[in-house]
Amino acid sequence: MTADETVTADETVTADETAAPASAATQASAESRPAVRSHRRPRAVAVFAVTAFLLVIGVILSAGSGQLPIGPAEVVGSLLRAAGIPQAWAPSAPLIEQTLWQIRFPRVVMSLLVGALLALAGAVMQAIFANPLAEPGVVGVSSGAAVGAAAAITLGLTSFGGWTTAVFAFVGGLAATLVVYATARSRGRTESVTLILTGIAVNAVTGAALAVLMFVGDTASREQIVFWQMGSMNGSRWSEVGVVAVVGVAAASATVAIARRLDLLALGDRTAAHLGVRVERLRVVAIVLVALLTGVAVAFVGVIAFVGLVVPHVMRMLLGPSNRALLPASLLGGAVVLVYADLLARTVIPSADLPIGVLTSLVGGPFFYVLIRRTRRRAGGWA
Amino acid sequence: MSGLAYALRDVGYRIPSPGGATEILAGVSLDIAYGRVLALVGPNGAGKSTLLSVLTGDAAPSAGTVRLDGRPLADWRARELSRARAVLLQSHDVAFSFTVADVVEMGRSPWIGTARADDDDRLIASALARADVGHLREREYPSLSGGEKARVALARVLAQDTPVVLLDEPTAALDLRHQEDVLRIARELASAGRAVVVVLHDLSLAGAYADEIAVIDGGRLVAAGEPGEVLVEERITAVYGIPVRVLTDPDTGRPIVLPRRARADRAVDSRAVDSRA
Repeated sequence: MTADETVTADETVTADETAAPASAATQASAESRPAVRSHRRPRAVAVFAVTAFLLVIGVILSAGSGQLPIGPAEVVGSLLRAAGIPQAWAPSAPLIEQTLWQIRFPRVVMSLLVGALLALAGAVMQAIFANPLAEPGVVGVSSGAAVGAAAAITLGLTSFGGWTTAVFAFVGGLAATLVVYATARSRGRTESVTLILTGIAVNAVTGAALAVLMFVGDTASREQIVFWQMGSMNGSRWSEVGVVAVVGVAAASATVAIARRLDLLALGDRTAAHLGVRVERLRVVAIVLVALLTGVAVAFVGVIAFVGLVVPHVMRMLLGPSNRALLPASLLGGAVVLVYADLLARTVIPSADLPIGVLTSLVGGPFFYVLIRRTRRRAGGWA
Repeated sequence: MSGLAYALRDVGYRIPSPGGATEILAGVSLDIAYGRVLALVGPNGAGKSTLLSVLTGDAAPSAGTVRLDGRPLADWRARELSRARAVLLQSHDVAFSFTVADVVEMGRSPWIGTARADDDDRLIASALARADVGHLREREYPSLSGGEKARVALARVLAQDTPVVLLDEPTAALDLRHQEDVLRIARELASAGRAVVVVLHDLSLAGAYADEIAVIDGGRLVAAGEPGEVLVEERITAVYGIPVRVLTDPDTGRPIVLPRRARADRAVDSRAVDSRA
């Protein structure tokens, strides 16, 4: 601990010493200031354009690949025909049309939605905790939602019809978020170490709860729960996509509406309050939104970790930390990441469907580690 | 703007503690007028910051009344308050790499959707210039030094453009020149009709710039009035427990407070021993 503090102190001194020459240099180029001020805006346009382009390509590729390969032209043609624009590209074979609309498209749309919602949930969570290491998977919200969903599966509950799993996933996720929120914060701040340790504790309990549910469940529900923990887009149905879309769109709009107020939380609770934010109310609303987004995202496809960590982080590096740009960018970026991840999961091993949660954890785990290392090295960083 | 900003009557604040309740503030009655700089001074733990929290509305007093513009402070809504008073706290941490311009712009957030939002760009530019951080505009906040952060935080407070400005030890991290700058800004704000309350440790700074000084000791208001009346040797010595000498600044006629120190070549200061006896 002492060694760390020494390093921090050293770096602060360095920052002090470098400040004077740097500011002199900036003053010299005073006339370029207005141009520099808005440098993030054209970049934002570029980032959104590139992300949207990648999204379209990803959708076409993902819908086209599988046991029955379908060309990009046919995919686009089929989509355009459905939109009421007749042209020659549309596939004529009913088998292709069926494959696209009954198997491929629901899966692609599901991966888009789940990626978007998880990345958004991650970005909102980071704003609430004012800490970039907060992520639904890391702190145990996803596994809390998984317990809720597993309970619904094992106990054979159907009280909310097609929404049952989603409702229980939401309740489980909300409970986990509240536990993390109540325990990880002290005096208006959340320290990284506390946050991660809380996550370990929550994940331990939810892991045990899942094990118990598997133990008491029958073979079928056991298999379902195992599938849950690994996460997969396989077998997504339109009815499920509908549930995710309805809840997701509502929660995402609400989230974007509070983006500006979430920015102010970066100043600390008291200062945010002095600027007219009702901090506790905003936090409760945001926590419910995170639980909703995470719960509905994992309700049908299972736990997919680290999307909410990696995507907002990359977008924050590209666009800066302002939530007004960050939240929509994370939404779009998350969709892109999961479309390609799902494509990879289906194609990396021929004729096998790799669980997508395994894939994102393989990439996200090391990323998380690097992020922690960097936090510790940087002075004035993320405490 | 003239008249009273704050009226405090018999304000007390207590927190529960193992042996009953600890009194942090007791019987504080104070009027804070528009167009004046009030300095709150007192030893560490005297209750200055708590009194400031009562003024900001963060802490609800457990006794007495606090009125802002004649209305009980508890009746003000968060949004209304954010348009009436700006607050600079002692800690200026900002999470994430917001730029200096972003942070100062956050000071304008109470005015979003009002006619005064039209002034945003002008007020942000002028706040940056007044706090002498215009050249840091594009820098990422976490990369700044402590003093630079403090000045950016001050710029954020100025950008909020409120009739009441509350500053908690704004000079703590600043060098000599910027300390003077901050208090000159406080004076300018008062000249423009605003009420400025500033918590200070440096009694000479308080003496030089404040219209009025309030001395807090042990949670009680022990003196309030013009610097020349308040900063007298007996009182400061009693409150701070250290012998002081009060001189008069030959340029301004304002009081300067100096601790009495032993000369380096003399082992014992006889006067210090006397005063303790």
